[in-house]
Amino acid sequence: MTYVVKPKFHHPELPKNKLGYTHRDYEGAVSTLCAGCGHDSITASIIEACFELSIEPHRVAKISGIGCSSKTPTYFLGNSHGFNSVHGRMPSVLTGANLANRDLIYLGVSGDGDSASIGFGQFAHCLRRGVNMVYIVENNGVYGLTKGQFSATADRGSKSKRGVVNSDSAIDMVGIALQIGASFVARSFSGDKKQLTPLIKAAIEHQGAAFIDVISPCVAFNNHAGSTKSFDYVREHNEAVNFLDFMTGRPPIHVDYAPGTVERVEQHDGTVLTLRKLDAEYDVHDRLAAMSFLHHHADLGQIVTGLLYVERDAEDLHGHLNTVEAPLNALSEKDLCPGAAVLDKINASLR
Amino acid sequence: MPIESVNDFVIRFANVNGSGSASANELFARAVLRMGVPVSPRNIFPSNIQGLPTWYEVRVCEAGHLGARGGTDMMVAMNPQTWAKDVAAIEPGGYLLYDCTKPLPKSKFRDDITVIGVPLTAITNSTYTDPRQRQLFKNIIYLGALSALLDIEPKVIEQLIGEQYKGKEKLLSSNVHALHLGRDYTLGNIKCPIGLRVRRADTVGDRIFVEGNAAAALGAVYGGATVCAWYPITPSSSLADAFTGHCRRLRHDAETKKAKYAIIQGEDELASIGIVIGAAWNGARAFTATSGPGVSLMQEFIGLAYFAEIPAVIMDVQRAGPSTGMPTRTQQCDIISAAYASHGDTKHVLLFPEDPAEAFDMAAQAFDLADRLQTPIFLMLDLDIGMNHRLCRPLKWDDARQYDRGKIMTTAMLESGVDFGRYLDVDGDGITYRTYPGTHPTKGSFFTRGTSRDRYAKYTEDGPAYQDNMQRLLRKFETAKDLVPRPLQANAGKPTKYGVIYFGSTSPAMDEAIDLLEARGHQLDRLRVRAFPFHSSVASFIAEHDFVYVVEQNRDSQLRSLIVNELSIDPVRLVPIVHYDGTPITARFITGAIGDHLDALKVTPLRKVVS
Repeated sequence: MTYVVKPKFHHPELPKNKLGYTHRDYEGAVSTLCAGCGHDSITASIIEACFELSIEPHRVAKISGIGCSSKTPTYFLGNSHGFNSVHGRMPSVLTGANLANRDLIYLGVSGDGDSASIGFGQFAHCLRRGVNMVYIVENNGVYGLTKGQFSATADRGSKSKRGVVNSDSAIDMVGIALQIGASFVARSFSGDKKQLTPLIKAAIEHQGAAFIDVISPCVAFNNHAGSTKSFDYVREHNEAVNFLDFMTGRPPIHVDYAPGTVERVEQHDGTVLTLRKLDAEYDVHDRLAAMSFLHHHADLGQIVTGLLYVERDAEDLHGHLNTVEAPLNALSEKDLCPGAAVLDKINASLR
Repeated sequence: MPIESVNDFVIRFANVNGSGSASANELFARAVLRMGVPVSPRNIFPSNIQGLPTWYEVRVCEAGHLGARGGTDMMVAMNPQTWAKDVAAIEPGGYLLYDCTKPLPKSKFRDDITVIGVPLTAITNSTYTDPRQRQLFKNIIYLGALSALLDIEPKVIEQLIGEQYKGKEKLLSSNVHALHLGRDYTLGNIKCPIGLRVRRADTVGDRIFVEGNAAAALGAVYGGATVCAWYPITPSSSLADAFTGHCRRLRHDAETKKAKYAIIQGEDELASIGIVIGAAWNGARAFTATSGPGVSLMQEFIGLAYFAEIPAVIMDVQRAGPSTGMPTRTQQCDIISAAYASHGDTKHVLLFPEDPAEAFDMAAQAFDLADRLQTPIFLMLDLDIGMNHRLCRPLKWDDARQYDRGKIMTTAMLESGVDFGRYLDVDGDGITYRTYPGTHPTKGSFFTRGTSRDRYAKYTEDGPAYQDNMQRLLRKFETAKDLVPRPLQANAGKPTKYGVIYFGSTSPAMDEAIDLLEARGHQLDRLRVRAFPFHSSVASFIAEHDFVYVVEQNRDSQLRSLIVNELSIDPVRLVPIVHYDGTPITARFITGAIGDHLDALKVTPLRKVVS
């Protein structure tokens, strides 16, 4: 499909958001991924989330590493600056970008090879620093661009397309994110746009390190019988704990639910998430319980999805560092240079 | 004969690290300085915190030579572990100061030196009971003894102690007390002063005494750096520490008290350079401080910054070897690995400061160069200038100076309909315009990649587009030649066919060697290279001389290789003079190596030799 140039015209009555933009204003170039790739569905959800939140596209910086997933930022938000950096190092590049200008929205896109193998360290450290970002891992358990090697998230016992059985135990990225202090942790499935889009919206609104692990089947190399990341397998074993409906402060969608099944989750910045609970016992504010719940259900062979954890009073890296409100990249000589008189005093102290 | 020398000697303190000797030894150096006599101290320390041998060497030199001299005229031997080696290292006629509390057999000493015993432990133990106090004050007591032996004015040391412990009266008075314990014993029991003496002079002037790492960090503050990401590694950690300290004092908003900087201790060097590149991509001035192994780890990212054309400042405080051991020793051994860092065809700008003052200037300038050239800039420090106090001219700043942020396409320019191509060379200098993320809702955005793209940043794997870009990057490197600091040339008094090229911390030893060589009848023109890419004057300097010595502190004569490679010079014309044992290069070494070579060139006719 790479040779197809996307037509610029669109239906005159396409719905517009508060800024007067249509969906088309949030799109990018035509995807060059395989037809049916789960990653393209995630791209669609990102576009949908940004459209619905009426985000100005140029106020988003989209940063990725290397791999199929890391190619996707080209396919959404064409008016945003993007950075396809080096393999496994999106988190550090994004951290630096975020330090330079705290006013933009940072969208980090990565894959399981990029974040669970070569970039496992950077994945962990940027979450523990609390970088204000949306960190999406498009997780297919396989190296797509290099033709089907297992990644570190492939389950033990799962079978590759060539019939090799994986003997290494899998890294559960959600489990790690919870353990090292991400303040927003979710898991979803690329085949469930209804669940994924609100999670991305909530993650964008979250002021802190928001991590979403999205199981995204690889149609070319990991969608066969014996795989635990195929469309069929994930559909059969998906154990959703909740469903995020809408956020107040935005045009509300009125839905009626049975009493006791809806929970209002207030975030530090005042936004409110309305959570439809599918599992009445599940508490999104209890990190320990979330970890235990995940382990328990993993043993049962279930993939727990939904908003798994959100910290009530999350603080981001700029909060930890107590940086000024103005973006650091906007400060001038006047703000930054102490001047000759101060230097004379320093000289005097060095004699 | 005992050495007689006023204001010109080398004293070495042999200590155990972690014993608190560093501050007493530094006090000694400062006291001499306050008496108006230049000193150059050097730490020789192990990769360890407590228990291993460490030395502090102070060269006292009224003539102002600041390079290491070599040899020791007086040893303050405080470490039994290195006793034999320390005693053996003293020049004939030199002096040994030791703790004579416990008698030592005669075989432990030498006949050709003056041995001075002061019962330091006995004095200490009779005055103090606390073990830590005993350890710390013993150092001040030997300082007191030295003040008597070398005729150092005690008031000067007292004043320095007063400045150090301002507001801490108890510490102040107990230190002064310890100083006099040592001084009084020595005056009462030993003939003072000895042959080595310090006499008040006036040759320090308005110079300052500062470590290169601290000065470079201050240069980063003045140069407008707002993001620093680093990973601890000797000998660069003190640079990041100093930047943190300077920022705490100088970079907080007066009203809100909030920080106008962000410092991240990364999980490794890869993350550190990644953070720097991300911040610089987004328009902040950013740097990392590291050493050779860190530069090795950063290679992939450095290549990305070169191809994606992102400013980044890398301060490389060079040291010897990988792993442990030699890493606490100085070298200039990262020249090639920095100049050609990364995969693919890459070349980088290097700056070579000679001392802390130039480290300050070049650190600040590095940010202007990085923004102007949109490429990584290496500030090539080394352990010798980075981690030692060095006497240098005062730091200077012109308040009229504006930061050069390079070619930035603004919202207004985009609105006016300028044709924006991220890699479009509109001025012919190889440097293109960039936009900061978030500049304009519909214009000026682009996708940054390391791999091939066209002039408008559109993805392509087309060969001609790749070559077009690579040729432009070469043009940009040409432009850099006239932007980086020029080499400094100093010609000999008489015309000569021979020249010498040197750089960085070799400077003071080279300056001194020129005098020594002249005394041996050799004239040399000299050129101090201050940056790579080389200015055209480097090639013309070589062309003007039959032979040019290239003096450097590494095994493989890396700068010479770089000159041969980049300027297509016949290697025969460049004679390598290399010093790489981990100690700072000395004037004695340079004089010996170049002098012997020049002597050999003075061909003696065969007939004369035979007869």
